[in-house]
Amino acid sequence: MNEKTKTSDECSRRQFFTHLSITLGSIAAVMIGIPIIGSILAPIVKKPKPDWRPVGAVKNFTIGDTVKVTFVDASPLPWSGVTAETAAWLRRTQEEEFMAFSVNCAHLGCPVRWVAGAKLFMCPCHGGVYYSDGSVAAGPPPRGLYKYPVRVKNGQVEIKTSPIPITTV
Amino acid sequence: MRFLRSAWYWFDDRTGIAGALGPIAQHAVPRNSASWFYVFGSATLFAFLLQVATGVTLAFMYVPSAGEAYQSLEFITNQTTFGRIVRGMHNWGASAMILLVGIHMIRVYMTAAYKFPREMHWITGVVLLALTVVMGFTGQVVRWDQTAVWSTIVASEQAGRIPFIGAWVADFIIGGETVGGTTLSRMFAYHVFIIPALLFIFIGFHLYLVIKNGISEFPKAGEPVDPATYREKYESMVKRDGVAFWPDAAWRDMVFGFIVITTILLIAIIIGPPNLGPPPNPSNIDALPVPDWYFIFYFAFLALMPPSMETYLMVFGPLVVGLLLFMLPFISNRGERSPLRRPWAVAIVALTIASISGLWAIGISSPWSPHFHAKPLTVEIIGADSGAIYRGGMNFNEKGCLYCHTIDGHGGERGPNLSYIGDRLSTNELTWRIMNGGLNMPGFGGTLSNQELNDLVIFLKTRKKGNENTGR
Ligand code: FES
Repeated sequence: MNEKTKTSDECSRRQFFTHLSITLGSIAAVMIGIPIIGSILAPIVKKPKPDWRPVGAVKNFTIGDTVKVTFVDASPLPWSGVTAETAAWLRRTQEEEFMAFSVNCAHLGCPVRWVAGAKLFMCPCHGGVYYSDGSVAAGPPPRGLYKYPVRVKNGQVEIKTSPIPITTV
Repeated sequence: MRFLRSAWYWFDDRTGIAGALGPIAQHAVPRNSASWFYVFGSATLFAFLLQVATGVTLAFMYVPSAGEAYQSLEFITNQTTFGRIVRGMHNWGASAMILLVGIHMIRVYMTAAYKFPREMHWITGVVLLALTVVMGFTGQVVRWDQTAVWSTIVASEQAGRIPFIGAWVADFIIGGETVGGTTLSRMFAYHVFIIPALLFIFIGFHLYLVIKNGISEFPKAGEPVDPATYREKYESMVKRDGVAFWPDAAWRDMVFGFIVITTILLIAIIIGPPNLGPPPNPSNIDALPVPDWYFIFYFAFLALMPPSMETYLMVFGPLVVGLLLFMLPFISNRGERSPLRRPWAVAIVALTIASISGLWAIGISSPWSPHFHAKPLTVEIIGADSGAIYRGGMNFNEKGCLYCHTIDGHGGERGPNLSYIGDRLSTNELTWRIMNGGLNMPGFGGTLSNQELNDLVIFLKTRKKGNENTGR
């Protein structure tokens, strides 16, 4: 359009259409964006309810022994398959008392192993070592092993499902 | 033949493709940039196209479901026609891409092609580098075996160290609080939709810029870049003494690209894809997650860091490196381009290559890991088959000492070699060390009985140089 023939009226008409188009575009983007971003971020916000999982009868565990137990995590989706499994180190400390430790190293999450001879948890990744009570014995871990809630109910040992412990600053 | 010709005329008449692309293909490039130094960018592009082709092919057969992906990978590898080769090409193509991106980047830096007016070439290149690296990581994860699962956990733990938002980022990566049904689907979406889309966009932009600003001429010492005159000089040089990109310069790209593609194919046929580890079961703790080779230097870097600095280095290390790379063209976008006049640039490249390869070499043997599979000391090495020395040697095997300490070639490398410890420490010192431990050694005071401790110390005291009479 030629500069000289442009009236102030036309100018505001054009301005109006520009604003209208940009506004409509933005509203549409936000409307679509909310469900998209929301569903992508949902797993951060929506926490599964922790659950008690039986891991075996009390009588199957020997006092003093530390063994690996496997159970299903808090949010087993139908297509999770073996990936819904998690593990914990379980020790029968007394008649009716148990202790459960996370298998994830407090350093960077590698799976720690119980070395029965040495009575230590050892991490294969960077040499993190923990005493039998889960406290740091050596290596880079900034804190001790995470402990799971564990209880005895009707002669069964039950562990409460928990998230993978993430070490934050 | 005549039909083909008239079909082409029809197509070109309706689309104008020859008129649109011809000048681009034949645009003039500096004569001295038509050289073998300039083939790495295009080779990276060829490797990328190979990744697209093989990736799409794999998507025909892969099931991105946490429970079934592993079986589908086994199916691809063992049962489908050519599936093993396609998986192999996709894997080795990724390695090739990382390698070529690295070489291309070094070439661009050494010839200072990032200087005026090509700052945006470098910046889009840095974005492409980051995207390629993320592709490498997500690619290892969609190879959904035990290592993939544990690598995801380790990556989330690293993300967890980001101040304030760490825990959220970690949950975002895992897709919840535990590895499971949601994890792989997310990784798959990143690996095949989101990042490839960004790669296409940025590669397109990168190539557009190369056409727009022209390929950089091979630098001559004593011809510094001056933004005020550079464009004019470049234009007239190309007009006076340029060669047509197609085919005068492009044939080298084609030859080198052909070699790259053929090499990847041959490696895929001969070596094949990497072996799948055990299935992705987070309750299987017999795992030592090691990244693909191109991350091993970083893995070693983190392992060698003193734990007190680690959180900062893990988060700010990559951030600072990324930022520096990003800012390079703003730090200097004029002046000398020739590596002959830029000794610092040469030194930086040499130093980077040296430290990466050094870290890489250390990372391969990872001496900071306890060796759970170390061979136990034998009776010959212990030097006795009964009594205190023998019992002490057996304790060394059973109490985990062996995982970190070597004696006569058996054991791990995390702690000092104890082959001649009897020469260095007295009985008292040995006892004290074992009882109390140290920075990287647990104290065994609470776990050893007096007898076990005494036997162990007696055994260690026999570890002396020239002690052949013990039967060693
Ligand atoms: S993850 Fe266990 S020591 Fe690093």
